[in-house]
Amino acid sequence: MPLLEAAGISKVFGKLTALDGAALTVGENEFHGLIGPNGSGKSTLMKCIAGAEVPTQGKVSFINTDITAFTPTERARAGMSLKFQITSVLPTLTLYDNILLALQAQSSLLDLVFSRTRGALHDEVMTMLTQFRLADRAFDAAAALSHGQQQWLEIAMALACKPKLLLLDEPTGGMSLEERRVTGELLQPIKQHCSLVIVEHDLDFIRDICDRLTVLDQGKVLASGTVSEIQANRSVQEIYLRRA
Amino acid sequence: MGAVKQVVPADIGGESDVAMTGSGTARQGASLRKILPIVEGAVLVAALVAPLLLQDYLTVFATRVIILALFALSFDLVWGYAGIMSFGQALFFGSAGYGVALLARDLDITNIFLVLPAGTLIGLAFALLLGGFLLLGRHPSSVIFVSLGTLTGSYAADRLARGWYYLGGQNGIPSISPMTLGSYEFSEGSAFYYLVLGILVVVYLLCRFLVRSQFGLALAGLRENEQRIAFFGYKAQHLKAIIFAIGGAIAGLAGSLYAFHEGFVWPNMVGVVVSTQVVLYVLFGGSGTLIGAVIGTIIVEGVSFWLSDNYREIWPIILGLLLLLVILFRPLGLISFVLGERERVGSFGAGNKEKHDASP
Repeated sequence: MPLLEAAGISKVFGKLTALDGAALTVGENEFHGLIGPNGSGKSTLMKCIAGAEVPTQGKVSFINTDITAFTPTERARAGMSLKFQITSVLPTLTLYDNILLALQAQSSLLDLVFSRTRGALHDEVMTMLTQFRLADRAFDAAAALSHGQQQWLEIAMALACKPKLLLLDEPTGGMSLEERRVTGELLQPIKQHCSLVIVEHDLDFIRDICDRLTVLDQGKVLASGTVSEIQANRSVQEIYLRRA
Repeated sequence: MGAVKQVVPADIGGESDVAMTGSGTARQGASLRKILPIVEGAVLVAALVAPLLLQDYLTVFATRVIILALFALSFDLVWGYAGIMSFGQALFFGSAGYGVALLARDLDITNIFLVLPAGTLIGLAFALLLGGFLLLGRHPSSVIFVSLGTLTGSYAADRLARGWYYLGGQNGIPSISPMTLGSYEFSEGSAFYYLVLGILVVVYLLCRFLVRSQFGLALAGLRENEQRIAFFGYKAQHLKAIIFAIGGAIAGLAGSLYAFHEGFVWPNMVGVVVSTQVVLYVLFGGSGTLIGAVIGTIIVEGVSFWLSDNYREIWPIILGLLLLLVILFRPLGLISFVLGERERVGSFGAGNKEKHDASP
């Protein structure tokens, strides 16, 4: 049984059909890349899965539950986590507090008011910051970070929610080559406990870390399969050549 | 809440090969001095000695200011901490005032241990009703919706109070009997002053505890980016409704004290004018700091009092200009002259940082 199954997803904005019966299936501990030319509907599909957009048609199932009508909060509580395309760390808070905020998201109200989990979560916060190479900036405001570091912080925050499925929308946008390489390294270890759906323009990056790929074109799935299958696929080569 | 003295050691070994731009900023924490407790202490000392130095009629005025500061705290929690634009905070303040006035008039209930909890509950109940309606939708409500909703609520209550004979119509409810404790009657003066100051201090400390807790961190997240924290799994709307209700309860407590202190309630007390006034107190002093709300109230009320005495005709214009200047040039309020951004936002894990760093 797949972890995530989105089927027949359509999304219409006024006269624009962004998605037209797109589908995506992700298994457990699978890294799944979502690629396609600009405007092919990658981000919209991502948003429909995360709950930021409500699909006009179609059904999203997550761990055997129909979550199509779930709010983002309910999806997060079911084990889904999203890193937005535009970084949205909380700029005035320290890095430490950004992570703590994500870690404590499902604490009960009383635990929050009486700060019962503050001590217990400290080690976890520092572990996450160390893992993402941000520990020495722990008590700086997030706004002071470079763009690449903000992306890492945001991935760390998305992971802090302990998701079963992590959705990353362009995690390496605006990063240097070196930063991209490090991002790949940072993502590898999460495979043990989490699946990943990743939207990315950097095809080398995608090829290096993903197990399977789905290619979208004009809101439809053009092809879906393992990385080598997709690389050998004629029509995929064509759309990329056509645009290039 | 001791002073933050040290900085986390850079214990990540050789991993700093990746663009660690400006890693020197981590050291800034070392020179961080805590300003806030000093300001809070100074205001408290000033408030404690004020009645000894002031003439009687000024003590009465000061009591009113302290009650309004309590009211300002309620708005600051809601707006400054949770980012909910409540333009109708007077609804809770005034309805509690009317509520206790009716208790005193019709049921002869003036015992402090009954009227103050009653007023607080009235504020809480109205805030739960309005907040439930405005904030608890399945999807987050827009800032405009909430601000117009609260404004409308306050305006409607004002009109209702003016038109309702039972509530005294335009004239409100005059000559409310004094609040009592056994046979003792609280009349204007030092005793009333210290009573409300004591209440302000207790409520202030409770608010301080709340906004510095992990719940306070959730509020900060709510204020900065509501959508983001919903994606973490926070029930953002519930958090908003809760803090809105707490704000309503505090406004209710302030409103009941105000009613007994002034001895009458009138429709303005639930209306838009008082709702706006409290917004000004908080913006003037500095929203998002509790002490800013208190200082803002003291200064705005103090300056209006002095101006209305000395420049009878043009004082509202002068006051308006002053407010405009502060909001234009000091959007974070007067407190930002002494308080840095870092300390204003606060740090929610700092206490543990010290513990952790001391141990290994």
